[in-house]
Amino acid sequence: MSSPSIEAVNLSKRYGSFSALSNLNLKIEGSKCVGFLGPNGAGKTTTLKLFTDMIRASEGKALINGILVHENKKKALASVGSLIESPEIYPALTPREALSMVAEIRGLPRSERKKRIEEAVAEVKMEEWLDKKVGKFSKGMKQRINIAAALLSQPEILLLDEPSTGLDPRGMSEVREIVKSLKHKNRLIFMSSHLLNEVSDICDEVAMIDHGKLLVYDKLGNVVSRFSGDGGAIIIDVGLSRDIDDQTVSRTISSLPGVISAEKLEGKNLRLRFSGGPENQERLLSDLVVMKIGLISFHPSSSALEDTYLNLIKATL
Amino acid sequence: MSEPSLKSVEPVGVPSLPSSIAQVGTITKYELLNYFRSRRFFVLLIIGVAISALLTALVAYYGVGSFAASALGFYSFWWGNSITLVVILSGIFFGGDAISGEFQNKTGYFLVGNPLRRSSIYIGKWVGALTASLIIFAIYAAIAVGNGIYYFGANIPYQFGQSLIFSVLYLIAVLGFTFFFSSLFKSSSMSILVTAILLLFAFSLIQVIVSTLAQVEPWFIITYASGIIGNVLTDPYPTTQTVRGGFRGDTSRVFAVSIPEGIAILVGYFVITALIGLLVFERKEFT
Repeated sequence: MSSPSIEAVNLSKRYGSFSALSNLNLKIEGSKCVGFLGPNGAGKTTTLKLFTDMIRASEGKALINGILVHENKKKALASVGSLIESPEIYPALTPREALSMVAEIRGLPRSERKKRIEEAVAEVKMEEWLDKKVGKFSKGMKQRINIAAALLSQPEILLLDEPSTGLDPRGMSEVREIVKSLKHKNRLIFMSSHLLNEVSDICDEVAMIDHGKLLVYDKLGNVVSRFSGDGGAIIIDVGLSRDIDDQTVSRTISSLPGVISAEKLEGKNLRLRFSGGPENQERLLSDLVVMKIGLISFHPSSSALEDTYLNLIKATL
Repeated sequence: MSEPSLKSVEPVGVPSLPSSIAQVGTITKYELLNYFRSRRFFVLLIIGVAISALLTALVAYYGVGSFAASALGFYSFWWGNSITLVVILSGIFFGGDAISGEFQNKTGYFLVGNPLRRSSIYIGKWVGALTASLIIFAIYAAIAVGNGIYYFGANIPYQFGQSLIFSVLYLIAVLGFTFFFSSLFKSSSMSILVTAILLLFAFSLIQVIVSTLAQVEPWFIITYASGIIGNVLTDPYPTTQTVRGGFRGDTSRVFAVSIPEGIAILVGYFVITALIGLLVFERKEFT
């Protein structure tokens, strides 16, 4: 099986004088998850719609696995599952029927359809609703069915437009877990999101876009270290149940791995500037617990990706 | 959060897709299922049955002799006068928002991201609308024939068969037309309203104005072409007549559409509106 790929070549979309997307050149190839970030109106959904032929490009090309999407949509989207702009499902149909329609359109073997539909619905925790009419569903429930529809054909490319939209916190967490579980199986996931913690948690690479122009596309770590303005450092607020002496702060805590600086705040709180990934954060938390300083909360208040995002977007205002 | 089923998340590579014709069949199948589950189909069915019931009651109350002296006259009275309304209502109910609804209700987003041509969606929905309409049409025809057999025996005039075929042709043309208008709008209510006004009032009004005032044969109007449905049930078949009338005794012409002309207009309407409608839908953006 060749490596899945999506590619935008000088891809532009204009609505009258307004440029929604301007000369996007982006090639993503291989088994990975790429987060697509940008503020509202930046061109994220426009890009995803161009890749699914929902809109036509003013200029340039969108290719999936080397196939021009607009010229040969059926072939180009054969191995793509997509979720763009929270679609609605015919309210009179049940999830089983709506997913059967997708399964038939995608040519899933008749013998496998029932099993696949049930698996996809189980994936999004909607088994109990499989034979109820969609018209009665909440927005979040419909979104889960939409996710199941995108997963149904076990595609090698997934195009997801803010998949957590409309979901409650538990649902968002479940979607994160689903997307995580889909990674690294010769599958390419291209996912737009407003949730920076979601992207930093799931994605290997990140592309940022603003005013229709691509600002950066690189590995997550590289982007953070290049653009965070603080060398990739994050702030962690630590809450304590009792006072702590200055020496412990300045000597012991400051010297823990990854800690750049430690500062005592009013009350019984500490603020740490920290550099390192989730594993190092886990280790830091563990070290602080072992020190028995009365640790009661540990809260990364600002992620490196957030700093990076704000720096890059601010620069284009 | 339990562990997601890993069996279902392995990619399968590039699957072999069904043919576009098979995909049209799939869209038709689920479009019909949607119609049968929604109120729309049953409301139209009730309207069709109510019109039939009203006609049945009228004939039973006043006696068949008050309306027709022969089997042909009976079918002319019953079928020729009412089937065009049933066809137009079918067009409005099943075609009025068939395409615009996909945009307004965002149901189109569920389909268009899949590997199928937009033409498959358009054609599949059109075939679904035609099939649903034909079911109502068949029930309506069965009640008419049932009454005809009751009053005039099983000797059904062959002209009724012709009228049935012309009615189906008219239905095909009307659905082509309503789908075309539906593809022009993104608002369901607007497309339903415009097609309803056009088919129920505007075309008839234009037909009257053009034929009586301008004395021009309204060959470009679909409702004029539908005249063959009723005309074929008249013996002899009516022809365009020059009559004397009006204030000053001027002569004027009363137009009657001939069968070849009516068929040509209906086929033309269907072909042109279907092609343009398809083209519009192919180019329309899901913004």
